[in-house]
Amino acid sequence: MDFLNAIIVLFNFTIIPALAYGSQLALGAIFVTLIYAVLRFANFATGDMMSFGTMFAVILTYYFQSLGFGLGVLPTALLTIPFAVLMMILYMLIIDKFVFSYYRIKKSPPVQFAMVSVGVMFVTQALIRIIIGPSDRRFLDGEKFIIKATEFKEMTGLAEGITLKSTQAITIIVTLIVVSIMFWFLNRTKTGTSMRAYSDNEDLALLSGIDPKRVVFITWVIAGILATIGGVLYGLDKSYRPFVYFNNMLPIFAAAIVGGIGNPFGAFLGGYVIAFAEIFVTYAYKRFISYLLPEHLEPDSLLQLLSTDYKFAVSFSILVIVLLIRPSGIFKGKVI
Amino acid sequence: MIFLIILVGIFQSWSIALTILNYCLISAVMTIGANIQWGYAGLINFGIMGYTALGGLAVVLVSVEPVKKAWQVGGLNILACIWIIVAIIFVVKFILNRFDKSKLRNYSVASVILGGIILLRVTAAPGIEAIESVDPAKTGFLGGMGLPVLFSWIFGALLAGSLAFIIGKIALGLRADYLAIATLLIAEIIVSIIKHEEWLARGVKNVIGLKRPAPYEIDLQTSEWFINLVTKFNSSKLNLINSISDKQEALNQMIIDASSVYVKLCFTGLFLTVVIILLIVTQKALYSPWGRKMRAIRDNEEAASAMGKNIVKEHLLIFILGSAIVGLAGAMMVTNDGLFTPGSYRPMRYTFVIWVMVIVGGTGNNFGAILGGFVVWFLWVEAAPIALFLINLFTSHLPETNALRVHLIESAPYFRFLVIGIGLLLIMRYRPQGIIPEKIIKQ
Repeated sequence: MDFLNAIIVLFNFTIIPALAYGSQLALGAIFVTLIYAVLRFANFATGDMMSFGTMFAVILTYYFQSLGFGLGVLPTALLTIPFAVLMMILYMLIIDKFVFSYYRIKKSPPVQFAMVSVGVMFVTQALIRIIIGPSDRRFLDGEKFIIKATEFKEMTGLAEGITLKSTQAITIIVTLIVVSIMFWFLNRTKTGTSMRAYSDNEDLALLSGIDPKRVVFITWVIAGILATIGGVLYGLDKSYRPFVYFNNMLPIFAAAIVGGIGNPFGAFLGGYVIAFAEIFVTYAYKRFISYLLPEHLEPDSLLQLLSTDYKFAVSFSILVIVLLIRPSGIFKGKVI
Repeated sequence: MIFLIILVGIFQSWSIALTILNYCLISAVMTIGANIQWGYAGLINFGIMGYTALGGLAVVLVSVEPVKKAWQVGGLNILACIWIIVAIIFVVKFILNRFDKSKLRNYSVASVILGGIILLRVTAAPGIEAIESVDPAKTGFLGGMGLPVLFSWIFGALLAGSLAFIIGKIALGLRADYLAIATLLIAEIIVSIIKHEEWLARGVKNVIGLKRPAPYEIDLQTSEWFINLVTKFNSSKLNLINSISDKQEALNQMIIDASSVYVKLCFTGLFLTVVIILLIVTQKALYSPWGRKMRAIRDNEEAASAMGKNIVKEHLLIFILGSAIVGLAGAMMVTNDGLFTPGSYRPMRYTFVIWVMVIVGGTGNNFGAILGGFVVWFLWVEAAPIALFLINLFTSHLPETNALRVHLIESAPYFRFLVIGIGLLLIMRYRPQGIIPEKIIKQ
């Protein structure tokens, strides 16, 4: 019984949150990696682009709520995702047309692209703050919990409960659906193959008749879908605040590089690696251990490797270690 | 540029104008640092925030009076920790040098580091707890060395430089955009350490009332010579007022205003000295054989390497130099503010805006970098009032309570991001060399 309790404590406080957080990071990391693979630059506007898509979802959610639309137990935000995605893709294509395409044609070095994306970051951030303001917003409605701790305890008779928030379940399910569709698209369809060919060797791809404009267009479309869905899921789970999204860019970068930049599957797993590391290193194991050990051996301290203040620092340290030991990432990305 | 600042002086107030000028000078120092790395050697360093924060930390560590009680209760533990860190580094170095590359070596290095960290936690925990409980509302940290604050500028530069040495050793081999991301994240780690290690510099509880290299307003307001000076300057205005009590009141107000302007002028003088010295040194360096070598390495690494230049060493050197200058700027900024607030170090303000300054001003040209620092900082501060003015102008036909107008007026402060972003994009597109491009003198 004690062993079961211990497992449930671990499950409730580390594995479920880490899976949800990891899914959100994974979507962002695939976004970064795709842009890096096809358009060949590190996009510093990642966090703000995700925030921009989420902003539309938030505004539309408020609008739909005022009209009385809804999905019942599911959050209204899910209904708004398609519209938000469309707006996001439109914005990305406008940005690409007026900003990035010039440098692409000129074949500028990646550093210049990175600086330009910093400019895009400033503009996007300004637009977000002017349109919706910097304050904290919650736009979750519908059922909040799937399983509550008390219900679980009653059901099983254990001393510890599992809480499963509906947002966590939605996050994991939606991520799996989106990511599997995307991998199917990249690996099985002709357009996906042409994208991969373009990313592997631009000149060869051009020679074999792949239209670069089309590849770039498709990339931004996929990027828009990933960015918006990732952003909305994060916003549903925590809350929507532009500043936090900007900061999320950093663990997302870490996930993309740890997984091997330019490799979408690596980025997907990298998201979970970062999330699990962050949560496992900063979790206080006292309650977990106290179930496993006999009573007189119970530890006094919290048994926490690092305080939760260092959550972000953990993921960055992993990144630094990976860059040092295996710069191409865990799952072989582009060679640096 | 000077003209613009004078305009602010006339329209807003002289005190605000001088504040902006001081910050412009600090930004200029930062841009010189960033420009050395980016313009001279082509190293992209997004970790400026970290070095700025370290410079700020140096001010606290140098100028604050030591908290004796905290040293008594926890000093030993902290010193022991420093020894443990040194020991770990030496053991790891020893293992790395002594044994060949193998799995066993990797595991032993990892276990030494892990064991060391656990040992550190065990040693530090009681000490940190004891230190943080010493009068937590006021101190709760070890304090500094109690030296004059100007020493901290040098110390800040040293601190930032030595950190840059470590980071440079780790990260400089990476390709440009990876280096950018790595330095950005490392800076974030540094700031989070400064934020959360309260025994070091009170963390997010902030250190206030730092020493100043300039006189305090209160002292000025009561000193004889200063009152005389103010009276002399404003004698014509004062003579217009007839009643004595009114005159006294006006004089008091003038003295208060003048004292804050005087203090800021003192800072301006100090900062200007630093900027001029740096400018002379960097200009000399840029046109010396060393500068030429740097440009050669930047423009074609392989050719320079074939000519026998040690690229790794030169990159490391320039990384350290640039970071040290940024650390100096960080120390200057905290001295100017008189308080150290780790919570305020955000990548937006301390990394990206500085980069915009360098790009806009002119990469590889020190005058350009300084101009960029001035222009961009001025826009950053004055964008909000200007935006407010423009919004009022364009929406003046709308009623006061119009939702759009109210919303726009509320979001006026955010137009600064828009201005900076669009400015950067335009410069990158139409004048990629910056306002004042790099000048190469051929002998």
